[in-house]
Formats: sequence, structure tokens, C-alpha cells
Amino acid sequence: MTSLRVEERSAIATLRTGLALSPEFRAGLPVTLLLAALATVGKVIVPIAVQQVVDRGLKGSAPDLPFIRTAVLWCAAAVVLTAVCGYLMNVRLYRSTESGLATLRGKGFRHVHDLSVLTQNTERRGALVSRVTGDVDQISTFMQWGGLMVIVSVGQLLIAGVLMAVYSWQLALVVWGCFLPLVIVLPRFQRWVARAYTDVRERAGDMLAAISESVVGSAVIRAYGSEERTARRIDAAVHAHQRSQTRAQKIIAFTFPTTELVGAVAIAGVVLLGVRLGVAGEISAGRLIAFLFLITLFISPLQTATEVLNDAQNAVAGWRRVLGVLDTPADVADPGPAGQVLPRGPITVSFRDVGFAYPGGPPVLHGVSVDIAPRTRIAVVGETGSGKTTFAKLLTRLMDPTAGQVLIDGVDLRQVRFSSLRERVVMVPQDGFLFDGSLADNIRYGRPAASDEDIALAMTELGLTDWLDGLPAGLNTPVGQRGESLSAGERQLVALARAYLADPDLLLLDEATSAVDPATEVRLARALDGVTRGRTAVSIAHRLSTAEAADEVLVFEHGRIVQRGPHAELVARDGVYADLYASWTSAARTS
Amino acid sequence: MTRAWAGINPLRPMIGMKAESRVPRPLPERIPRVPSEPDQRPSVMRQGLGVLAYAIRTEPGVFTGAVLASAVYGVMTVGSSWALGWATEHAVLPAFRTGRATQGTLAVAALLIVGVALVKALGVIGRRVLAGIMQYRMQARSRREVSRQYLRLPLAWHHRHPTGQLLSNASSDAEAAWAPLAPLPMAIGVVVMLVVAAGAILLVDPVLALVGFLVFPAIAALNFVYQRRLSPRMMRAQQLRAEVSEIAHESFDGALVVKTLGREDAEAARFQTRADALRDANITVGRIRGLFDPLLEALPTLGVLAVLLVGSLRLAGGDVTPGELIQVAYLFTLLAWPIRALGWVLAELPRSAAGWSRVRAVLTASGSMEYGTARLAGTGPATLEVRDLTYAHVPDTPVLAGVTFTVRPGRTLALVGPTGAGKSTLTQLMVRLIDPDRGQVLLDGTDLREAAQGEVSAAASLVPQQTFLFDDTVRGNLALGTRDPVPDERIWAALRLAQAEGFVSALPRGLDTRIGERGATLSGGQRQRLALARALVRTPRMLILDDATSSVDAQVESRILRGLREGSPESTVVVVAYRMATIALADEVVYLEHGRVVDRGTHDELLTRCRGYRDLVTAYEREEAERASLDAGEEVVA
Repeated sequence: MTSLRVEERSAIATLRTGLALSPEFRAGLPVTLLLAALATVGKVIVPIAVQQVVDRGLKGSAPDLPFIRTAVLWCAAAVVLTAVCGYLMNVRLYRSTESGLATLRGKGFRHVHDLSVLTQNTERRGALVSRVTGDVDQISTFMQWGGLMVIVSVGQLLIAGVLMAVYSWQLALVVWGCFLPLVIVLPRFQRWVARAYTDVRERAGDMLAAISESVVGSAVIRAYGSEERTARRIDAAVHAHQRSQTRAQKIIAFTFPTTELVGAVAIAGVVLLGVRLGVAGEISAGRLIAFLFLITLFISPLQTATEVLNDAQNAVAGWRRVLGVLDTPADVADPGPAGQVLPRGPITVSFRDVGFAYPGGPPVLHGVSVDIAPRTRIAVVGETGSGKTTFAKLLTRLMDPTAGQVLIDGVDLRQVRFSSLRERVVMVPQDGFLFDGSLADNIRYGRPAASDEDIALAMTELGLTDWLDGLPAGLNTPVGQRGESLSAGERQLVALARAYLADPDLLLLDEATSAVDPATEVRLARALDGVTRGRTAVSIAHRLSTAEAADEVLVFEHGRIVQRGPHAELVARDGVYADLYASWTSAARTS
Repeated sequence: MTRAWAGINPLRPMIGMKAESRVPRPLPERIPRVPSEPDQRPSVMRQGLGVLAYAIRTEPGVFTGAVLASAVYGVMTVGSSWALGWATEHAVLPAFRTGRATQGTLAVAALLIVGVALVKALGVIGRRVLAGIMQYRMQARSRREVSRQYLRLPLAWHHRHPTGQLLSNASSDAEAAWAPLAPLPMAIGVVVMLVVAAGAILLVDPVLALVGFLVFPAIAALNFVYQRRLSPRMMRAQQLRAEVSEIAHESFDGALVVKTLGREDAEAARFQTRADALRDANITVGRIRGLFDPLLEALPTLGVLAVLLVGSLRLAGGDVTPGELIQVAYLFTLLAWPIRALGWVLAELPRSAAGWSRVRAVLTASGSMEYGTARLAGTGPATLEVRDLTYAHVPDTPVLAGVTFTVRPGRTLALVGPTGAGKSTLTQLMVRLIDPDRGQVLLDGTDLREAAQGEVSAAASLVPQQTFLFDDTVRGNLALGTRDPVPDERIWAALRLAQAEGFVSALPRGLDTRIGERGATLSGGQRQRLALARALVRTPRMLILDDATSSVDAQVESRILRGLREGSPESTVVVVAYRMATIALADEVVYLEHGRVVDRGTHDELLTRCRGYRDLVTAYEREEAERASLDAGEEVVA
């Protein structure tokens, strides 16, 4: 399905590439790590203080109060220092990671737009969106919490481990022996938890899809009285999600206390063996008690380990997906500053022996050669699947031909800067997509500098003032998300006005007025031809009138241009066009 | 441990889902999305507590169980420090003093430590499982109620609310509303823990207790300040995260427009502005976390040091034993973490209140369609009467004004008018998807508003302009909501009439092939034909086609229309159309302009007497004629 690159990278390589992409991550990292190390040291203050107080302060018959006071003060100072280091480290970490992630989001977003329509269309929109949102968030969770936890936890385990070995190697062995099995068990727990949450996410997706039908399909559900059926489907999906959530929660609930239980066993073991060692004179009471505190330092890192492992996996997976976007070459790339900027004015288009095949598919266009002179009206006709739309996409360089060349003004399209190309050649697709905003915002989209007067003038020239006056707020009418507040025909009107205002030298209409009434369509067609302005107009025709009005008709069949010439000429000859004409007229005029 | 209860959030707000069946609709209401300003916060907290109280009333059993389990956990946490103190006092220190270990006492100490830990673990398991059950039950309940309400509320209500908003009401808002239920039992357990701990320390020594009474309220207060400062900033970050995702969604949806108009850079800049705002908001959150997290960790540690200092003074005075001192110090390290649960609940409350108020807004939305009791019992084609129909999406700009006409049984009426004339709105009124502001729609003399629920949809079928297919099989999409199971022969007959038999039988699993968003890919024309078959399969007494064959090519369309007219008509048909062939099939034409009936009559009558109509339907021919005369003129000149 997807044509986004999925590099088989190891986790380490993914991390390295990911970090390299956002240099902000590494800015000042050594200092941050140093602060993290200092902040970790603070964690062992309590066991050390307890040991010192018990062993030295409470050694004699009466407590050594001056010693205890000094020890406690030093420890308090260390605690304050730890807190300050912790604060500084956090602030640095948040700043560098958030900056890095914002850069990563921006890069990912831009690259999605650089991908060709071909690549874009292989992905579901939601999946592309999550590559610059959710996937990046997963990285941030790890970078700000998990990654740091790894450092702090490993540090804590190391320091506590070393301190234990110093106090008593025998007791240290008991503690390590108790915790060692967890190293094997915890990753398994983590896999269970991760699998359970994958299931939760999938069920959540199903549930949202079911609920969204009740919103998106509201008209159909009412028109066909299928409320009960929809409600049953939603109930089933909600219930499946709830069950899956509960299951995941149970797995966590049962695995989570394991570490603490092991901790208790370790404490009991330390008490049993420690007393024996103490009797033998091998350990002091203070050290033994300090051990009990040190064990608590073992518990929390191991408890978080499960989650950190999960975060780390999510982060690597997130990074892989973001990198998957960035690794996918922009197959239809802007030549950039090296490309040519063509002067505006009447435009010549030539197709030289152009062929095209979708990746992994058979050729859909074969050896198409055609010259389109400036200031002409071209109609492209043919049955569904004959190659009309492919022709349009190649002409606007939404795709590159797999054979031959497309030239404008004698220059290969691949050598023309996008900024220059998009200024001269504009296509209006059938689905008039609008952005959430006002009518004016949308019409201005292709020419942001246009004033309200420019827009009003354009609407007059297109003969749309009548329609505009009927709208509740005229040009300020909000169009809603994706233009939902307007009817299909009205959306097409706005999309046309948008292209008209952009004022290209060649305008390509891909059935752009299919939902508009005939009178308006004819009016629009005249305005858009704009032959008087020196503009070329190419229309993919779905109605006879468009072909009749054209200077030249290109007839496509099975990926080839089989006929070309003016309507009158073609209709007089036997062939594909005459057949098409016959079926059109019978549909349009019989009763 | 910090985020263990929060788990992983599987629901990200879904925005900008494809809305295919939307017909013209008025200005959408925008609900302000940053719900609470700091000055309103006490009331938001109160509202949050109200939400919790509602949940407790709804699930009293589960809640009580979770709280009891959590109380066990709280008591056992204090108990574990007591066990350790007991072991120190009775097993460890005597052994060191006497140089002799008593096996019995040691065994008891070890068993005590492990036993307490075991009971504590059971408490943790019970608390987590029950709290989860409660939270997920409440979430599921809200989701069921909200979606039921979506199905109940009239279409006009749907038109006033953006799709993305309705979806997040059911997903992220329902989730946020019940989020505090996860840490709530723990927080209550912590309160129990604190009371027991206070008692335990008081029993040991009132002076040491004083240290505790200073330190723990300080931790709680710090937590309170922390969460109050954090949560509005968290909400702001959450809001920005939604905006970033909204922009990405819209921009990728419109990728073709972005490309064809060369606006990639502008889009990237638009996205980066929000992404940078999100970055700044996250850094602000980070700064607060960065400040409070180390403070919250330092405070209990300082408490332990204070215990050591004060404790050794008390020890010198003979008021406490070393074992008791260790017990209190250990207690301090144990309590430091759980006490944060109070803050977690606090942190979720504003979000919960905001989420719940949005869920409530849906649940209490009024304007459900009222149904009468009349049955539309007749058989065969129905009579449709439209009387003085007026409808406005936005007050004072009527889409339809005083529309009146009648269609006799079995006849076909064409609705014709320019883009934006109100044709689609009229078709929605005719099947009572919306109710008129004034006037009536009558089917066989019965006002649609007096018909019982389900009667209108059983008698009349609308095929809307934009096709909506469910994520279901072909059969499921066609049979949709019919009262009795539909035999396959009837389904195939409908498919045949809709000219869809060919491609459906070519699908890999025929009628059982899944279609819709995640199913087989169909072309626009194929989807339209399925939507048409969906209407035909129930042999409606009135069939309304709203430009329902626009993506079907001309020959196929004419075959469909001829099929509909062949034999004895089973339905009264109203068809919105531009194509002359379609219009010419109609017995009568109603011509609309700006929501008013300008003329009605046969196609030929209107052609001769109605200028607007003539201009509209003959636009192509006139153009052709003009061009022909122009060409002729040119030839003459040449």
C-alpha cells in the first residue's frame, strides 16, 4: 500500500539519525548530562545520612549531637544542591528537546507537501498527519521523561549498587540475587503491556470510525431510518474498546506490584542474613539499616523500567515513521534556484513522445506527442480510464513522465522552478477543496496580495455576483471545514474563482464545473477561456458543449491520442469521437 | 510511577474527518476552546468535584471497592514502616547489642515484612483494577449517550456543529471528563495513609510528629500550588497540539490545491507558526515541572534529615528508641511519592470539568424531532404536497420562501434551478430531515410532522447529491435499516435497476464485499449507483433524487432513468437535475430561483414562457448556436 520509505534501521541507527536531524537536541548536552549526574547523586543522601547517624552519632551511650548536627547540615546542603541541579537540568532539557521536535515537525510537514501526489495518495490522510503530530509526541515523551529516567535510573542503580558492595558484599549479593530475575521478567511484562495497548489503540480506532458514521452519515441515517442499526454498531465498538482497556489495566495492575514484592523479599533476606553477619561482627548496625533504605532505591527505577522500555520503543517507532517520510525522495522535485524562471505571457506546451506508468503498473499513456499553441482552447475527451487525467497531471507536473518530455516554452518542466511553473500553469480539480475560513480567504488563496476590490472585480467578471449576493454574509461567509457549509456546486464556483484570481497563463480544468448549473457553467467557461488575455485553456470535458467550443479536441483512447482537430472536423469523420458525440447527443436530447 | 496510572492515551482527537453527506449548511457555531481563565478556577474546581460526585453516584459499588482496596494499600504502606521499625527494634538492634541472634524473632520479622508487602500488593491490584473498571465504564457510558444523542438530534442541529467538534465530544472530551477517576481512589487511600501515619508518629513521639505535621502539609501545599500553576498551561499546550494537528489535517487534505497553486512554502510557514507556539507552550510547562519536581523530591528528604536531627535529640533525652527513629525516617521516604496522587486528581479536575461541560452540552441539547402518531399506511405511489414552505439556515436570509406545488401519484417532477437556489434544502424537507420554519409537506394528505417515527423513512427515500457509504458490506449498505431482512433477489433487482449489477458481481466477494473507507475502492459513479440501489431496494412510495447521477456517465444515466419509467410506476419521483435528458423524462417541472418557485408546468411550457428556465436548460445549445453563427459569420467575411 504505502510507498513511503521504510528503512530497516536498527534502533540505535534510528536514534542516531533522528538526533542528527534536529541539532537542537545535542546543544549543551554535556552540561545537561553533568547536571543529571549531580541530581542523581542526591538520591543516596538519605541512606548515607542514616548510616552515619546510626553508626557514628548513636554509637556511644549518648548521641554525639554535634556530629549529627554537622552531618545533617552537610546532607541538607547536598539536597539543596541536588534540587538546583535538577531544576537547571530540566529547563535545559525541555528547551533543547522541544526546539528539536518543533524543527522535526516542520521538516516532516514540508516534506509531505514535497512528495508527489502519487506518493501522497498511497497514504491515508490521518496516517500522514500523525507523522508530524502523534509520532513526534511519542519521541518527546521519551526525550523528556523516559530518556532521562534511563540516565537517572541507571545512575541510581549504579550508585546504590556500588554503595551496597562497599557496605557489605554478602548482603549486596542477596539483593542482586533477588532483583536479577526481574531483569528477565520485566521485559516480558512490558511486551504484554505493549501488546495490550496496541489492542486498545486499534479498538479506539474502530470505535471512532463507528461514532463518526453517526456524525458524517447523519443525513443518510435519518433518510433511511437506520438509527437503531447504527446505535448497535456503536455500542458494539464502544464495548470492545472498554473491554480492551480493562484488560490492559488488569495486566498492568498485576505486573506492577511485582517489583515491590521482590523488594520486600530482599529486605527480609537482608534482615535475616544481616543480623547473622552483624553477630559475626562483619557489618555495623548503621550499615545494615542503610541497606534497607538502599533497597528502596532499587525499587523505583525497576518499576519505571517497564514504562521506559515502552516509551523507548514508541520513540524509536515514532522516529522511524517520521524518518520514513523524510527518507522518501520527493520524486517530483523542485529544481530550486538552479531551475529556470520563465517570463509570463502566452504559453506554448509540447508533449514529446510522453509515456507514463504508475509504479508497478502497466503503462497508461503511450507515446503522446502534441503541441498546444498559445491562446487556444483545448478540450480533452475520452472514456473513463483513457488517460485524460494522467495527461492533465503530467501537464501540471503533479507527476513526471516515465518516458519522453513535457515542455513549456521549449523548456523541460523538470527544469522549471516550481514558483514559476505554478504561477503560469494552474489546474482546477473536480473536487473543489476549500480551507476553513471565509469565502474571501479561499478565493485569495492563490494570490494572497489580492484586495477585496480585486476579488469583487473577479466575481463580477465571472458573473457570480448574483450568487454572491444571495449568501448570508457575502464574501465574509464562512465556508466551514473543507467547505462543508457550501453545496458541491458552490464549492466548485469558489475553486474556479480562486484559480481565476491567480491569473495563470494556462488554466487546466479537470471537470471543474460538473456540479454547476448549465447557465453558470457557460458563463464561467467564457470568462475562464480568457483568450483575450492571451491565456491558454485546457478542459477535460464531460459535456459536449465544452468540446464544441474548443479550438481543438484531443481524443484519448487506451492511453493514446487517437484523434485531434476541431469539433466540426472530427464529428464528420468516423471514429471514436463520432461515437462519443452520438452517445452524448442521445443522452442530452432524446426523451 | 508518575505516569503509571495515566497509562497511554490511545485517543487522539480526530479532526476534519471526511464529511461526505454534508449539504449546504449555515454558519457553524464555534465553541471557544480555551475553557477557563485563571480567575474562574475555583468554580472550575468545584465543577470538577461535581463531576466526580456524579461518577460516584453512578458506580457506587465499584467506587467503594476501589476506595477500600486503596485504604488497605494506605494502611499497609504505614504498616511496612512499622514492620521495619519492629524488626530493627526487636531483631536487629538486640542482636547487635547482645551479639546473639534469636531465630524466632528474626523469622517473625521476615514474615512480617513480606506479609505486609503482600497485603499491600493486593490492595494496589484491587485499587488499580477497580479504578480502571470505573473509569472505563463511565467513559463508555458517556460515549454511548453522546452517540445516541447524535442519532436522535435533528439534522439542523448537526448542520450547526462542525464534524470535528462532534467527534472530539465523543472521544477526547468523554475521556477527559472521567480522567480523574483513575487517581481518585489512590488519592483517598493516601488520605487514609496520612491519617494512619500521623497516628503512628504521634504514638512514637509528639515532637517527631510535629516534624511530620510541618513537612507533609508543606508537600501537599506545594503540590496544590504546582498543579494550579501547571494545569492551565497544560491545557494551553493541549489546545495547541490539537491546532497543529488540525492544520496538518486540512493542509494534507487540500494537498492538491496547495500544489497546483504553489503554496507549499506558505503552508509550511502556517504550520511552523503553530508548531513553534506549541514548542513555547511545552517549554513553559517544562519550566514549571522542572521547578516543582525537584522541590517535591527535596522536601521529604529534608524531612528525613529533620527527623534524624530532632530524633537524636529525643533519643538523648530517652524519649524514643533507635528503632522508632528508623521507623519514622522510613515512613517519610515511603510517603513522599504517594502524596503526589492528591496533586494528580487536582491536575485533572479542570480538564475534566471542561470535557464534561462539552459532553453535557450535547446530552442536554434540545430540539429532538417530535413525532406524531399517524401511519403512512397506503401502498403504491404517494401524493406529495408542498405548501407555502419557508426555511432559513440563518435568520432573515431564507433559502426557501413560500414554495408550493403538488405531485400526483406515480408522476415524475423535475426540480430545476441555478446553483444555490435551494433545491437540496427542499429535498431534505420532503423527507423530513429538517422541519420548515413555515408551511407543510404532506404525503397522502398527512403532514410529515404528524407521522409516527420511522414512517417517513419507510415511505420515502432520498438519494443525496453526495454519496455516503457505510464501512460495511454491499449488502449491509443496501439493506440498511430495513424492517425485515431483504432477500438477495430483491437486492440484485435493485442493483440491476441502478445499473450496478455488473460491477458488484465482479467484486471479489459479491454482495459480501466490504466497501466504505476501509473497503474496496469504487469510483464516484459506482458509489452513486450503489446509493441509488439502496433507495430502490425498499421500493419507496416516493423517490427523491438530488442530482444523484452526476458522476454516472450519460449513457448509463439514461439507461437508469428509462428503467425507472418502464412498467407500472411504483414510486412518485422528484428529481433534481440539470441534464436535459433527465428533465425531459419528467411529467412536470418546477423552476426555482433564489428559493422561490418562478414557474411550473411541462418542460415545453416552461421553455416557451419562462425566460430564466430557458436560459438555464438551453445554455449549451445557445452557446453552440452562437458559435455556429459566429463561425458562419467568419466564413462570410472570409
